Amino acid sequence: MLEIKDLKVNIEDKEILKGINLSVKAGEVHAIMGPNGSGKSTLASALAGRNYFNITHGKIIYEGKDLTELTPEDRAREGIFLGFQYPVEIPGVSMVNFLRTAINSMRKYRGQEPLPAGDFLKLMREKKKIVEIDSDLTNRSVNEGFSGGEKKKNEIFQMALLEPRLAILDETDSGLDIDALRIVSNGVNKLRSPENATIIITHYQRLLDYIVPDVVHVLYKGRIVKSGDKSLAKELEEHGYDWIKHEVDAHA
Amino acid sequence: MHTPEKYLELFQKNRKQIGKDDPPFVKKLRDTAIASFRQSGFPGRKEERYRYTHLEPVFDGELSFDFQPRQIRFDDDEIFSCDVPLLDSSVVTVLNGFFHHPGKEALTRLDNGIIYGSLKEAIGQYPDLVKKYLGTNAPTSNEPFVALNTAFSQDGIFLYVPEGVRMERPIQIINLLLSDKNQMVHHRNLFVLESNAVAQVIICDHTLSPHMFLTNSVTEAYTGENADLDLLRLQNEHNNSCQVTNTWISQERHSRCQHGTITLHGGIVRNNLRINMEGEGAETSALGLFLTDKMQHVDSYTVIDHRKPHCTSNQYYKGVLDDISTGAFNGKIHVHPDAQKTEAFQTNNNILLSDTAKVHTKPRLEIYADDVKCSHGATVGQLDEEALFYLQSRGISKEESRLMLMDAFTWDVISKIKHPSLQERITELVGKRLRGELSRCNNCAMHCQE
Repeated sequence: MLEIKDLKVNIEDKEILKGINLSVKAGEVHAIMGPNGSGKSTLASALAGRNYFNITHGKIIYEGKDLTELTPEDRAREGIFLGFQYPVEIPGVSMVNFLRTAINSMRKYRGQEPLPAGDFLKLMREKKKIVEIDSDLTNRSVNEGFSGGEKKKNEIFQMALLEPRLAILDETDSGLDIDALRIVSNGVNKLRSPENATIIITHYQRLLDYIVPDVVHVLYKGRIVKSGDKSLAKELEEHGYDWIKHEVDAHA
Repeated sequence: MHTPEKYLELFQKNRKQIGKDDPPFVKKLRDTAIASFRQSGFPGRKEERYRYTHLEPVFDGELSFDFQPRQIRFDDDEIFSCDVPLLDSSVVTVLNGFFHHPGKEALTRLDNGIIYGSLKEAIGQYPDLVKKYLGTNAPTSNEPFVALNTAFSQDGIFLYVPEGVRMERPIQIINLLLSDKNQMVHHRNLFVLESNAVAQVIICDHTLSPHMFLTNSVTEAYTGENADLDLLRLQNEHNNSCQVTNTWISQERHSRCQHGTITLHGGIVRNNLRINMEGEGAETSALGLFLTDKMQHVDSYTVIDHRKPHCTSNQYYKGVLDDISTGAFNGKIHVHPDAQKTEAFQTNNNILLSDTAKVHTKPRLEIYADDVKCSHGATVGQLDEEALFYLQSRGISKEESRLMLMDAFTWDVISKIKHPSLQERITELVGKRLRGELSRCNNCAMHCQE
């Protein structure tokens, strides 16, 4: 589904990603872990199409298409979803208007008619249950005045509505209490299917107790320095990142 | 000849024609006004109040001026319907500054005592009533545009709401400009709300022919004790026009006033707003929203004068500027020594959509009382890139995302318009304006080019 080949990314003149290789197949859940500043969020942003950096080298192939040539909105319409580490507050744009516009933009891209208002409301009600989101939140402006947990739930709620093929969840677990973490993970698990894939970017192992990954990668200094199965996450939990840092730095 | 002299001469030469049926008190107002203007002239480039809008060159242009209403054949019902067709309003039309009433009474008097219609007619029919208010609020001294208007204005709209009367229907004033040559217009409105009266006035400004128009209007409004005035102006003249509005409102004890100005189109627009809080516990809110592109220029100048204790004022002004358009907001809150317990707030936020648009914002607080709550804030920025990316990442196109953010930005002001159907209509008009769908008079059938 997704092939990242030797991806190098600069922010201003600084190289943040120094040659990422990653292959994700439909049905898989990949976890990308790593210490702060290793380039995890930059990778997520590069996949979603944020434009404040330069891709200097390499390719991102998604479903046979070169992603780097697509605008952020077209990537979304092709089925890519980014769950933001820091969801943006947009005062004055109502959740309902935002979600309806998003869904209908996607439908238009697929050559479908806009969703009738009744069907849309029904769909919202249905998906709200998945993330146990408070009804009231959808009557407010996008993320405005939401608590940290509500913002993250709102990301998963949007994911449930938009039904992406590839979801990239950037630190979705950070700042969540144990109940919210359970709700968010349940949401993600319910949306798993053999047709879609998930990339979970996280600093901590605890999310992976709830969402069991097929592959775990460690990102350090802009490279994937180690990949393994879920036991790698356990190892990191027990020993921290230092042993990997030593290994990599000694090698260099 | 310098421009001020041109106007002094125009006045002297036509003194017999200007307001030839004037009662003595109006004659006196005119003479005082022209004397004031002789003294002040036009504001110079160094004059702080007019720093961003230099109007003398506009007044210096070749502009014709009508001393009497010209007979223009035109069927307003057929060719023109306003952008804000309120189903349930009393519509009065002003054509080139003169009350336009083919086949209708120039002045309507309702059973409950409400009077509305031509100001000129009101001066003739109710001189004592008009005399009590006309020109007593808007001074001509050191106010050159008020002075010129007082000297030259022939007509406009008069509204009188007696004590305790609530106007059931809003009154909608449609100002039309239509000419076969470049034209200057001075018109004047006078609204009087006695104590406990309630009224809503909507003013819509339109141009119907592509000529250069210069309008210099004065609106004086008096809100008596515990009266309630809602006054909204929608400016939608073409970009070859210049409009100077001077709105002077005085508020007695516990009166409430909401003033709003929505500027969609217009070449050079200068809006002077002055609200005098003359009685304790008065409340006022002033809304402003302007959307500019191309070479438009919109300058809002406000003074909220807190003269008595326990008054509240709120100002919300917002601007969205594109292309090489320019804007200015200069808002003063003046709290006099006696005006304790004043609450006065002011915000001015602007969004620049291009690198070449420019806006000047200048909040000014002069506070001479010690027990007050006052605040002000001004921002100039671009659309939030993070918010744009967030919307795009959900499949919404960049263009649509930008519009959603602009709608949200303007909604802050529009949401404060009280009348629900008017709010809805303004939302629609602003939305269309932002989408570039509204080119001048939306419903006009004349199709004159810009």
